[in-house]
Amino acid sequence: MSNKEKHWEKTKGLMIITLIIWFVFGYLIFMFGSDLNTSSFMGYPLAYYMCAQGSIIAFVVLIFWFANRQEKIDEEFGFTEKEDD
Amino acid sequence: MFKGNFIDNLPKIYGTYTGGFIVFIILMAIAEQAGMTAKTIGILFVAFTVCIYALIGYLSRTVQVDAYYVAGRQVPTVFNGMATAADWMSGASFVAMAGGIYFGGYTYMAFLVGWTGGYVLVSSLLAPYLRKFGCYTVPDFIGTRYGGNFARFCAVVVLTLASFTYVTAQINATGTIASRALSIPFELGVWVGLVSILLCSMLGGMRAVTWTQVAQYIVLIIAYLIPVFWISNKSGFGFFPHFMLGEEVARLGDLEAQFGLVKNAAADVKAAGVPGGLKSIAVSHAGVPEGGMAAWKFISLALCMMVGTASLPHILMRYFTTPSVKAARKSVAWSLFFIALLYTSAPMLATLSKISLIDPNLPTGIIGKPIAEIMQIEWVNAWINVKQAFIADFNGDGILQLNEWFMRGDVVVLATPEVAGLPYVISGLVAAGGMAAAMSTADGLILAIANALSHDIYYKIIDPKADVRKRLLVARALLIVIGAAGAYIASMRITSILGAVAWAFDFAMSGLFFPLILGVWWKRATRQGAIAGMIAGLASGTAYLIYVYPKFMGNAPWLGIDHLRFGIIGASVCLVVMVVVSLMTEEPDKATQQMVDEVRVPSGKTILGKQH
Repeated sequence: MSNKEKHWEKTKGLMIITLIIWFVFGYLIFMFGSDLNTSSFMGYPLAYYMCAQGSIIAFVVLIFWFANRQEKIDEEFGFTEKEDD
Repeated sequence: MFKGNFIDNLPKIYGTYTGGFIVFIILMAIAEQAGMTAKTIGILFVAFTVCIYALIGYLSRTVQVDAYYVAGRQVPTVFNGMATAADWMSGASFVAMAGGIYFGGYTYMAFLVGWTGGYVLVSSLLAPYLRKFGCYTVPDFIGTRYGGNFARFCAVVVLTLASFTYVTAQINATGTIASRALSIPFELGVWVGLVSILLCSMLGGMRAVTWTQVAQYIVLIIAYLIPVFWISNKSGFGFFPHFMLGEEVARLGDLEAQFGLVKNAAADVKAAGVPGGLKSIAVSHAGVPEGGMAAWKFISLALCMMVGTASLPHILMRYFTTPSVKAARKSVAWSLFFIALLYTSAPMLATLSKISLIDPNLPTGIIGKPIAEIMQIEWVNAWINVKQAFIADFNGDGILQLNEWFMRGDVVVLATPEVAGLPYVISGLVAAGGMAAAMSTADGLILAIANALSHDIYYKIIDPKADVRKRLLVARALLIVIGAAGAYIASMRITSILGAVAWAFDFAMSGLFFPLILGVWWKRATRQGAIAGMIAGLASGTAYLIYVYPKFMGNAPWLGIDHLRFGIIGASVCLVVMVVVSLMTEEPDKATQQMVDEVRVPSGKTILGKQH
C-alpha cells in the first residue's frame, strides 16, 4: 500500500469513529429519552439536559478532538501543509 | 493606531469595536435615565449598528475575484468561526427559538440537537476537502468533480431553491424588526432591511460579508447573553443560569401538574377571537413524550436538520475562505463553539421566561391571579394591544388559567426583559441583536445565490471569456436582483404560505448531500449518477412535500415523515438513484480519479487555481 493509501485508510477510520460518537450523542440517547429522564444531572432531568446542553457540548468537543487527530494523521504521513501552499 | 496589515490587527480591531459597542450601550442607559424615550433608544440602537456594518462593508470593497468570492482565503480560524456563527444563526434562531422551546418543550429541542450536530458532518466529511479543492462556490465543486455544465447547472438549481426559501424569511425578519424599531410600515421596513443588507455585501462580496458578519456576531451574542444573565441574577434564580436552573425546571414540572396541561379545542380558540399565531402552553417543558413514534419524530427531525446543515451552500462556502485545509477543520469547531454559546442559552431563557410568568409565588407571575388585576400590568396591556398576547377566560371564573394565556413565540425574547423589569435599554439591545442575526444570514444567502449564478452560470457556462471587471459587475447586479426579488416576496407577506425555514434544509439535503459527499468519498461516483441523483432527489422530495403539506394536498404522512422532514424521502431517493446509475455507467476517467486522490491529501496545491 502506498503512503497515500495508508493515509486515507487512517483518515477513513477516524471519520467512522467520529460518526459513531456523533450517532450516540445525536440519536442513540434520544431513542431512550423517557428512560433517561428518570435520572438527573445537575438537577436537570437527563434527557432534557442532553438536548439543552449535553449533546451540543459533546459535538463541540468532538469536532475539536477530530481536528487534532486528523492533524496528527496528516503529520504522520508527511502531508502537513506548508505555510506557502 | 494599528500598525502592520489588517489580518494581524484583527483582535485589536474587533476588541476596540466590542469596547465601543459596550460604551454605546452604557451611553444609552445613561440617556434613558436622563429621560430619553424608549422609541428614540430603539431607533438609535438599530441605526447605529447598521451604520457600522455599512461602514465595514464599504471599507472592505474589492476589485479582485478571489477577494470577492472567497475573501482572499485569508480569514483566520477563530474569526471565520464567528462569521459562520452569524451566517448560521438567523433571525429565527435569535427571536423565535426560545419561544419555540417555551411552547414546544423537549419535543421542539430536536431542532437544537439538529442545528448543532450537522457540524460534525461538515467537519469530518466535507469542509476540509472542499477547501482543498479550492472552489469558489458549491456548484463549482460539483461541476469540476463530475465534469460538464449540466451537473453544474443542476447544483445551481438546488442551491437557488434551498437558499431562496430561506432568504425570504430572513428579509421578512429584518423588515419586522426595522419596522418595529424605526416605527415605519412593514412594507417599507422590508426595503430598509434590504438596503442595509446590500450595503454590507455589494462592494466587497465575500470579503465584506465576512468582516460584517464578525461584527454582527459580536452584537448578537452580547444582545442575547446580557438579558439571560441579568434576568437570572435579578430574579434570584442563580448567578450562572446554564448550570443553576435545575430547580426551576423541576418547579415547572410541578406547576404543570398543578395547573394541568390543557389543549384548547380549535373551535373554542376561534370563538374566543384569539389572534392567529398565538399559542398557550399545552406541552410539558422537560417531559419526554412516551412511545416509539415520539422518539422517531425527535430523531428524524434532528436527522433532517443535521444532513441539511451539511448541504447548505451558504455555510459550506464559509470554509472556502480559510488560509488552509487544517484551518478549515479547526474553523468548523470554532463555528460550533460560537453557535453553542447562543443555543445553550435559549433553553435557559425559555425556562426563565416561563417560570417568571407561571409561578404564582413570584411577583412577576400572572397565572392563577385575577384577570382584572393582570390587565392593569403595563407590559401585558402593551403586548395585548399589538395582538402579540391575548387572554380568553374560557371557564368564566375571572382567574387566569394556564390554558387561557396566549402569546406569540417571539414575545419570549422580546418581552422577557420587560417582564423581569429590566430597563428599556436592554429591549433596544435585543432589537439590534435580532437585526444583526437576520441581516447576517440574509447576506450569506443572497451572496451564495448571486455567486452561484454569476460564477457558475454566467462565467463558466455563458461567457467563459468575460474579464474580471465584467464578472464582478454581473455578480453585483445579480446581488441586487436577488435581494429585490426576496424583498418583493417578503413584502407580499406570503412567507407563511411558503412554509418553514426547515424546508430549506430539506431541499438542500434532497439534492446536494449525497452528490457532495460521494464526490469525495466514492471514486466510482459518475457524472450521470450525480445528475440523476440530484434530479431524482429534488423531484421526489418536492413531490412528497406537495403530497403531505396541509395547504397543498394534505395527505397523511407516511411513517410520521411530515412536511418538515420531507428531506428524508428526497435524500434516500437521491442516494439510491445515484449509486445505481453510477454503477451502470462507465467509471470516471483516470484524471478524475487522480483528482479525487489529490483532494484527499491536505498538502499541496488546490485543484482549482487561485484565480479561476
